Amino acid sequence: MHQFEVQSIADMFTLGGQTIAFTNSALYMVAALVALWAFMLMGMKRELVPGRGQMLVESFVGFIDKLLAQNIGHAGRKYVPYVFTLFMFILLGNLIGLMPLGLFKLHPFTFTSHFTVTGVLAIMSFSIVLIVGFAKHGLRFFSLFAPKGTPIPVLLLVAPIEFVSFMVRPFSLALRLFVAMTAGHILLKVLASFVVNAANTGAGIGLAVGIPSFALMVGVSALEVLVAGVQAYVFALLTSLYINDAEHLHDHH
Amino acid sequence: MEADAIKLLGAGLAAIGAGLAALGVGNVFAAFLEGALRNPSAAAGQQGNMFIGFAAAELLGLLAFVVAVLLIFVA
Repeated sequence: MHQFEVQSIADMFTLGGQTIAFTNSALYMVAALVALWAFMLMGMKRELVPGRGQMLVESFVGFIDKLLAQNIGHAGRKYVPYVFTLFMFILLGNLIGLMPLGLFKLHPFTFTSHFTVTGVLAIMSFSIVLIVGFAKHGLRFFSLFAPKGTPIPVLLLVAPIEFVSFMVRPFSLALRLFVAMTAGHILLKVLASFVVNAANTGAGIGLAVGIPSFALMVGVSALEVLVAGVQAYVFALLTSLYINDAEHLHDHH
Repeated sequence: MEADAIKLLGAGLAAIGAGLAALGVGNVFAAFLEGALRNPSAAAGQQGNMFIGFAAAELLGLLAFVVAVLLIFVA
């Protein structure tokens, strides 16, 4: 489908036979970055009495701070910049992709609907888990695969399962975001094509099919705004849970 | 032609997984609401756990969708 196609805006150089280009995907990532920058500038004035902008920014930062404090505890503080950036980048990417910019001949591209993008984000989270885990616990990090107090015969069964469930984390993390966004956009596209195709067959069918489809589209669009927020939250939440595993192994903070 | 038909049937069968995931997600929120209405003061602290359950249940539905898409467009 056209809205998922990555197109080159400006070819830059070739590297190993591959053309490195500035694509529409990269353009909307820059747009999300600029939006995030503008958002943060609203609240970076360090006013003693916080104004509207600062309250807004502080509530977002505080939300992530609370999330990390709940899931990781005291050690979670140092991950606030990373998880906050991740959360806001995904949230803004999802929301910019939903914007009705098509009215101005600007067809927005949802970069979170591509597995390559969400995959890199998931790999970043997963490598932080690995680096922190091995740096902090050394080889004891492998005890993550052996829950405390498990008898040896059960351990033979549990350890491989724990290992697979650990290794599958980056895939499930990336897949969840990518599929949720892709499925939502395809659903909207299908409903929109119902309206257009029904209108092409005639006034009667056009009204009978078009109006319910359009009403459903409005509802699904609202649902998509919710999904955009929930998926960004879930990505941040799961990242914090995985970092908690790396920080504390199996003991609870 | 036979193989194509079976691929599409498989994609349709994958929709069962999506439906079952819908049941699972509904269950997560229903159980949360039921608990939250019984003890509203404890509800706020459990919101994170609810979303973990939601994410786990939802993932299976999304995987079913991926299987369907792979069968139709890739395989």
